[in-house]
Amino acid sequence: MLVVDVEKRLGDFAITAKFEAAAGATSLFGPSGAGKTSIINMIAGLIRPDRGRILCDDRTVFDSSSGQDEPPHRRRFGYVFQDGRLFPHMTVAANLDYGRRMRRLARDESEFRGIVDLLDIGHLLKRRPGKLSGGERQRVAIGRALLTKPDLLLLDEPLASLDGARKREILPYLLRLRDELAMPMVYVSHHPGELRRIATTIVRVEEGRVTGVGGAELLTIADEDAL
Amino acid sequence: MFSLTPDEWTAVHLSLRIAIVATLVALPFGVAMAWLLARKEFWGKTLLDGIVHLPLVLPPVVTGYLLLIWFGRRGPIGSFLAETFGIVFSFRWTGAALACGVMGFPLLVRAIRLSIEAIDRKLEDAASTLGANRAFVFLTVTLPLSVPGIIAGMVLCFAKALGEFGATITFVSNIPGETQTISAAIYTYTQIPNGDAAAGRLVIVAIVISLVALVASEWLARYAGTRLHGE
Repeated sequence: MLVVDVEKRLGDFAITAKFEAAAGATSLFGPSGAGKTSIINMIAGLIRPDRGRILCDDRTVFDSSSGQDEPPHRRRFGYVFQDGRLFPHMTVAANLDYGRRMRRLARDESEFRGIVDLLDIGHLLKRRPGKLSGGERQRVAIGRALLTKPDLLLLDEPLASLDGARKREILPYLLRLRDELAMPMVYVSHHPGELRRIATTIVRVEEGRVTGVGGAELLTIADEDAL
Repeated sequence: MFSLTPDEWTAVHLSLRIAIVATLVALPFGVAMAWLLARKEFWGKTLLDGIVHLPLVLPPVVTGYLLLIWFGRRGPIGSFLAETFGIVFSFRWTGAALACGVMGFPLLVRAIRLSIEAIDRKLEDAASTLGANRAFVFLTVTLPLSVPGIIAGMVLCFAKALGEFGATITFVSNIPGETQTISAAIYTYTQIPNGDAAAGRLVIVAIVISLVALVASEWLARYAGTRLHGE
């Protein structure tokens, strides 16, 4: 269970976001520039809210009234960025292993193999990120985030940088994460088609505000944005 | 056959030792200063940036004179270091290394700072969401990705140290075997009758060392580039 109740002013733009997310894939949906990425960055700890609180499974990671603010490296949230952000100076294997080393977790060979197989990236392990295709890069980024054993997986437009075929390539893996690993997710996107397949709860965000929480019926309204 | 006299060899050895020590000792300070200037906002940053760059624009004699006042045997910092750690700078090769390090410092910081500023901060953010604290973000992402700038800065600092003349001679004088570097020796030989041949030999040595340093840095930078970004 994720509880988000935050306010943040960024120049002239004000964000007020309040929602609760149960298990499954909670999707922040809305047009570009609505503040979705800022909200997910506040959950990750990369942006500090002016006021409010963020809880994950009864663990408070941010609370302005008590001054509590866990830094990103202690929040144990995996984050898959739109642009992958793999470390160019490390092999794919070292990228995947990075979070485990930083969190000082014991190496779990079967879990590593399991995630590598799930994402079909075993043949890429010795390669450098610079030589991967967009789809391969995103799969490695998802694997890297998963291998830190996160309590919650944050995904910011993970398919946006990919063409149609690559999108269809990644989406099944995300569905497997949701269903086979039961990984709680916050999934940012402005694509209704994508969200119809992955989202279990839709949080609609417009101009920095949450304008609706519910099911797929919320997706139709902003369809006009796709035109 | 090209051969140097023992005195000339001494000057060459001393120059290399001073330039290498100056560069290596300046390096950690240079990396820290570059990171501070590239990644942090704080009060007085512009002033600090100016002070770091001062040796680049001041007449070297002024820098040497300031070093003499502060780091000389009776200077406030010099006397403290001599009494506490037994480190003496005045009229020693260590003083020459200090002068060369100070003169090369702005070049070192500039090159490293540029390469840190060129690193995508988003990679550092990604590292922190993967569990790296600030120290590990620096050690595993920022530092390795700034290696090309570190190499470039070290070469610039080394070259500056090798050619340094004004600050060194003002601070620690021109003592054969102790503070007389190639540059100072060439200057001395040009001031005495029949010194042309010796000066000429040292000029050739200076050119060779500089060329070797340039080629080595070029090669190292290319090697680091492929190591960083894959083939």
